[in-house]
Amino acid sequence: MDFNLSEERRMLTDTAERFIRERYPIEKRHDFAASELGFSRAMWRDFAGLGLIGALMPPEVDGYGGTGEDIMLVFEALGRGLVVEPFLASGILGASPLIDTGDAQTLGQVMAGERLLALAHGEPDGRYALSHVRTRATQGAEGWRITGAKSVVFNGGSADTLIVSARIAGDADAEDGLALFRVDPHQQGVARRGYATIDGGMAAEITMGGAIGEPVGTPGEAYPMIERAIGRGILAVCAEALGAMEVAKDLTLDYLKTRVQFGQPIGANQVLQHRMVDLLIEIEQARSCIMLAASTLDAERTTRERNLSAAKHLVGRVGRLVAEEAIQMHGGVAMTWELALPHYAKRIVMIDHLFGDTDHHLERFIRFSREAG
Amino acid sequence: MDLSYSAEEQAFRDEVHDWLKQRLPKRLSAKVRKAQRLTKADYDEWHTLLGTRGWMAWHWPVEHGGTGWTPVEKHIFEEEMIAAGAPRIIPFGVNMLGPVLIRYGTEKQKAHYLPRILSGADWWAQGYSEPGAGSDLASLRTRAVRDGEHYIVNGQKTWTTMAHFANRMFCLVRTDPNAPKRQQGISFLLIDMDSPGIEVRPIITLEGEHDVNEVFLTDVHVPVENLVGAENDGWTVAKYLLNYERTGIAGVAASKQALAGLKRIAATERKDGRALAEDPYFAARMARLEIDLMAMEIFNLRLIAAAGMGKSPGAESSLLKIKGTQVRQEATDLLRRAVGPYAAPDLPEAFDEGWNGQAPGPDYALALARGYFNMRKASIYGGSNEIQRNIVAKHLLGF
Repeated sequence: MDFNLSEERRMLTDTAERFIRERYPIEKRHDFAASELGFSRAMWRDFAGLGLIGALMPPEVDGYGGTGEDIMLVFEALGRGLVVEPFLASGILGASPLIDTGDAQTLGQVMAGERLLALAHGEPDGRYALSHVRTRATQGAEGWRITGAKSVVFNGGSADTLIVSARIAGDADAEDGLALFRVDPHQQGVARRGYATIDGGMAAEITMGGAIGEPVGTPGEAYPMIERAIGRGILAVCAEALGAMEVAKDLTLDYLKTRVQFGQPIGANQVLQHRMVDLLIEIEQARSCIMLAASTLDAERTTRERNLSAAKHLVGRVGRLVAEEAIQMHGGVAMTWELALPHYAKRIVMIDHLFGDTDHHLERFIRFSREAG
Repeated sequence: MDLSYSAEEQAFRDEVHDWLKQRLPKRLSAKVRKAQRLTKADYDEWHTLLGTRGWMAWHWPVEHGGTGWTPVEKHIFEEEMIAAGAPRIIPFGVNMLGPVLIRYGTEKQKAHYLPRILSGADWWAQGYSEPGAGSDLASLRTRAVRDGEHYIVNGQKTWTTMAHFANRMFCLVRTDPNAPKRQQGISFLLIDMDSPGIEVRPIITLEGEHDVNEVFLTDVHVPVENLVGAENDGWTVAKYLLNYERTGIAGVAASKQALAGLKRIAATERKDGRALAEDPYFAARMARLEIDLMAMEIFNLRLIAAAGMGKSPGAESSLLKIKGTQVRQEATDLLRRAVGPYAAPDLPEAFDEGWNGQAPGPDYALALARGYFNMRKASIYGGSNEIQRNIVAKHLLGF
C-alpha cells in the first residue's frame, strides 16, 4: 500500500491548482458562466495548453494519464475553482467511448481544446437508470438514422460532436440492444434547446428526427461503454465535490475566526467548533472513499462499480452536510449571490443530481455487494 | 498511490493467518466467538503464545523486543487476529507502559519491567481516572507525599480496567498540590498491587459484567525508584502515553468483524417472509455502515502512513477515535435490532465456559443487547468524543 503521489502527479496537481488560484477568480468564473457559451473558449485553450485535458486520457490514445488517480487529481483542482469549462462533458463523458474504441484522432482534437464533445444519453423519463433508452436507431441504405429525445445533456448546446445512445433492439430498459453514435449536431435532423443550470453550468434538451449517426463500437453492445463513461463521470464529479467541499470548509473556518458577535469571534463557541470538526471528519471520509474508487477504476466490474457507488453515495451524504452547515454557520451573508461560498454549496448539492443520487447509489452498492458475495 | 496490498504484505498476511490457524487454541477462539468471559488464565495463555512468537510488542523498537512492523503490517495483523477469534491483547502493559518506559524509564526500570511485559509475567492496570477527574484528568487528587525512600500514596482511582487481574498499576499522583498550574504537580508512579493499603472493588457495568474497578489507596508505600520521569513532570509522561501509537484507535478490524457477523445474522433472521438482509430499509442501514467502514479503513491507513513509522498521528488520531466509535456503535445497534424480540432474553450464565444450556432464541442473539449497551462506553473512554472534538478544534482547526 502506498498513499503517496508520484512526482509527476504532484506536479500535475500543483500546476492545476496554481493556475486556477491565480487565473480563475470567482468573478471571472461568474462572467464565463453568464456568457452565451457558458464558459470561456480562451480559458479552455489555456487548460488544454497546460495538459489538463490530456491528463484525462490514457497513452493508448496519445494522452498522458487517464487513470483513476489522474481523474481524481484534476477534478479535485477543478472543484476548488468551480471551473465551468467542459472538462466533464468533453474530457470524460464524451471522450470515454472514444477512449474505449481507440479513436486517437478525434481525442487529439479534444485534448488540444479544438473539438467539444457531449454525451447525449439521459432521457426525459429515465431518471438515473443507465439502460433506459427509448431513442431508436435504424439502419437504412444511407446509414444509421436516429430518432428520439435526450434530456439535460451537459454542454450539449455547444458541443461540436454529440455521442448519442440509441436502441437498435430490445425493450426500453434492456441492457442489450444499445448503441452509441457520433452525431453532428448541426445537421437538419437535430434540434437543441440550451439552458443554464442552477450551479453555473449549461445543458440542453436535444431532439432528433432521423438524424444521421456514425456508430462508435459495435451497435447493440454499447452498454458496457455507457457504464464506463458514467463510471468515469462519477469519479470525476466526486473529486470535484471534494475540491469544492475543501474550499467550503476553509471559507467557513475562516469566517468563524473573523466574524465577531457578542464581543467575540463566533468560532469561540464550542457548538460551532464541534460542528466544524464533524465536517472535517466527514470530508476526510469522503476523500478516503474517493481514493478507493479511483484506485479500482480499472478493476473488474463488480469491484469497480461497487466502489464507485460507495463513493457517490458518501459524497452525496457528506456533500449535503457540508453545504448546509457551511451556509448555516455563515448565517445571512451566505444567502447572497455576492459571496463565493453559496456557489460552492450549490455545486456540491447539485452534484448529487448527476449520475444517480445518494439513494440511487446506496441501492446500487447493495446490488453489487450481493454480486460480490 | 496504490491502495492494493503488495506481494510482501500479502505474504505477511498469509504467514499470520497460518500461524493463527495452527497456534491459536480452539478453546480460546470458541470462547471469543461466543462472547464468553475470558479468565486471567485465558489471557495469560494467549499473551505467552504471542510473546514466544515475538509478536507481542507491535509498537516497540526491535532492539527492545518489538516487531518493527509497518503500520500496514500492524493493520493486517490486527485484522487476522480478530478474524481468527483471538482474544484481544490487553494493552496497558505492552501498548501503553512499554513505550513510556522505553522513552522515560531508567535503565534499571527498562531492564526489569520490559522483559516482564513481553513474557506476560506482569499484568498492568492503568491508574488514571478518579471520581472527580474523568475528562478533566488534570484535576486528579490522589496524593503522594515523599517520606525518605518512599512515596506515601492516598486516594482513589476508578474505571480501572481488569485491575482485579493486575499485579501492578501505573498511576498518576499529585506530588505538588501548590504548583502554579494543575498539570505541573503530577507524577507517574509504578505501584505493586499487593502493597498493603490497596483495595480493589468491582464496578458492575450496565449490562451486568465486571471489567472495571475502583482502586482505593490508603497509606500505600511506593519506593522512590518506581518514579518514571522527573517528579512533578508526570503530565508529560501521561500525555506521551495517551498520544503514543494509536494504530488500533479506529477499531477498523473489530468493526469489520462486527459487520461480517451482522451480515450472517441478517441472512438468517426473517422479516415479512424473507431474509432480513433483503428488507430494503435494513439493507440500506447495513450498506451505509459498510460504506462508512470502507472509507474509514482507508482514512485510518492514510493517517497512520502519513505519521510514519513508529510515530503517532497526534491530533489526527482524535478524528479516527470519533469516527471509529460512531461506526462501532452503529454496528452494535444494528446487531441488537437484527434479532428483534430475542434481543431481550438475558442469561448471564451463558457467558461462562462450558455452558451447554438452551437459549430461548438463536444462540447468537444472547450477546447482542449486552454488546450494544457495553459499547456505549466507546464514545466516553479514552477521552470522550467531545474532548476529542476539543482537541481537533484546537490543534487542527486552530481555534
